Amino acid sequence: MTGLLFDLLAQAAQMALTLALAPALVGFTRKVKARLLRRRGAPILQPWYDLIRLLRKETVLAEDASWLYRAAPYIVFATTWVAASLVPTFATGLMFNWIADLIALAALLGAGRFFLALAGMDVGTSFGGIGASREMMFGSLAEPATIMIVFVVSLIAGSTQLSEVAAYMASDFSLRVSVLFALIGLVIVAIAENGRIPVDNPATHLELTMVHEAMILEYSGRHLAVMELAAALKLLLYVSLIACVFFPFGLAPPDAGLGAMGVGVLAYMGKLAAGGFLLALFEASTAKMRIFRVPDFLGAALMLGLLGTFLVFITRSL
Amino acid sequence: MAHLSLDVAQLLAGGLVLVSFMLLYQDRLSGLINIFALHALVLALSVAWQAYVQDAPHLYVTAGIALIFKALVIPFSLRAIIKRLRIHRTVEIVGGVGWTMLFGMFLMALSLVVMLPATTTADPFAREDLAFALAIVLLGLLMMVTRRNAVSQIIGFMSLENGLILAAAGADGMPLVVEISVALSVLIAFIVVGVFLFRIRERFDTVDLFELDRVREERRR
Repeated sequence: MTGLLFDLLAQAAQMALTLALAPALVGFTRKVKARLLRRRGAPILQPWYDLIRLLRKETVLAEDASWLYRAAPYIVFATTWVAASLVPTFATGLMFNWIADLIALAALLGAGRFFLALAGMDVGTSFGGIGASREMMFGSLAEPATIMIVFVVSLIAGSTQLSEVAAYMASDFSLRVSVLFALIGLVIVAIAENGRIPVDNPATHLELTMVHEAMILEYSGRHLAVMELAAALKLLLYVSLIACVFFPFGLAPPDAGLGAMGVGVLAYMGKLAAGGFLLALFEASTAKMRIFRVPDFLGAALMLGLLGTFLVFITRSL
Repeated sequence: MAHLSLDVAQLLAGGLVLVSFMLLYQDRLSGLINIFALHALVLALSVAWQAYVQDAPHLYVTAGIALIFKALVIPFSLRAIIKRLRIHRTVEIVGGVGWTMLFGMFLMALSLVVMLPATTTADPFAREDLAFALAIVLLGLLMMVTRRNAVSQIIGFMSLENGLILAAAGADGMPLVVEISVALSVLIAFIVVGVFLFRIRERFDTVDLFELDRVREERRR
């Protein structure tokens, strides 16, 4: 009985941890980027202050917005939060980890993207339509790439379940080209999916090249807060996915005690900080590309995934 | 240890295929030459690793030849040539990068499907090197087909030749004399091609090979 309670608590801790850390990760990335540009930058917790402020504000709705427009933020947030809290962050073999399948994660994120694009088109402003069509264009390229990367990882580990993949990667450490290709491909996909700098600029508004901001332009108040939180969770999800599949160090094994989990949480925070720092460094050193260059950028991820899959097959057949 | 050395061999050969794809992708002539130098560098590393694994000292000479001629001399003189032809800032419009990449993927899969069953008796190093080498050769051919600028066709040809050297290094026991004569013939071919480039430019004021087709069409008419 206490075992069950402990499992439930650990799972709840993971859900709370992802929710609490997501805006902090965004804040940390902004801070590092500002420091790299020799500015002081807002405090790390600034995204949290913004969210709380937005929650207190009045919500303004467009007159011809349908129920979908009001429901979409919560649907997007729910799918993203579930997906983010299924990825093993500090421990493998948590209670609901059997459901944390890579394909299921892709499906959850796809559902979130679908509703986000619908909401963007719902009020009928031109910006929302532009954003939705661009998001769909990127999605149609990023998802095949994701699937190829999933193939590489799951062919090597023999499972699409994240806990088992992480456990396998931690136990059998060797130099694999295919894993390297998959890592680079996943980083490219993560940058494109989160609308980070070479693809989209998260810091600007009212620019003709924007994607994510264009879709949520009409939102205000608590709807906007929920949307922003979902975007932050998506970034956290990709960082922790990369950390758990490719750098599964410090993850607590199944049936671990509090001590191992504490180590896991510390290691996870370290990994998040490293991911945020690298992202900020990359963003500070590149320029945004033209929207029509993005398919080439994502095509590179698809190519890396395919090459990785081929390499796995070669290694198998030797 | 055997596992690790195979992994490193695969890393280098797979990296060579990846650089071949980068050659297909790159549309700026000066960038193309830089990536070609990278191609030769990875080839040299790969051959050197084969020399270490097979314990065959003569392969180190091959790696040295690849490093000196292909990673230093040829890129350097190509750069000088495109400077003298005043095309070093040219961006070559490659029609449909996406389709070219997909076709390249298809060629890569084809070479694996052909090579892996055909070489079941060879040892693992030779097998994977042969499969990758065929892919690199086919990608070089694809690059020569899709490009219209003579300089990038030369680079496609040279990358194709890199694939041949990879295959030769993987297959056990290629004599050094053959190796050196191949390297020399490539260098001579390069010089001849360089002379040709200037002749083409003198006649047609461009190195765009589609111009040649146009001229021929007019004569036929």
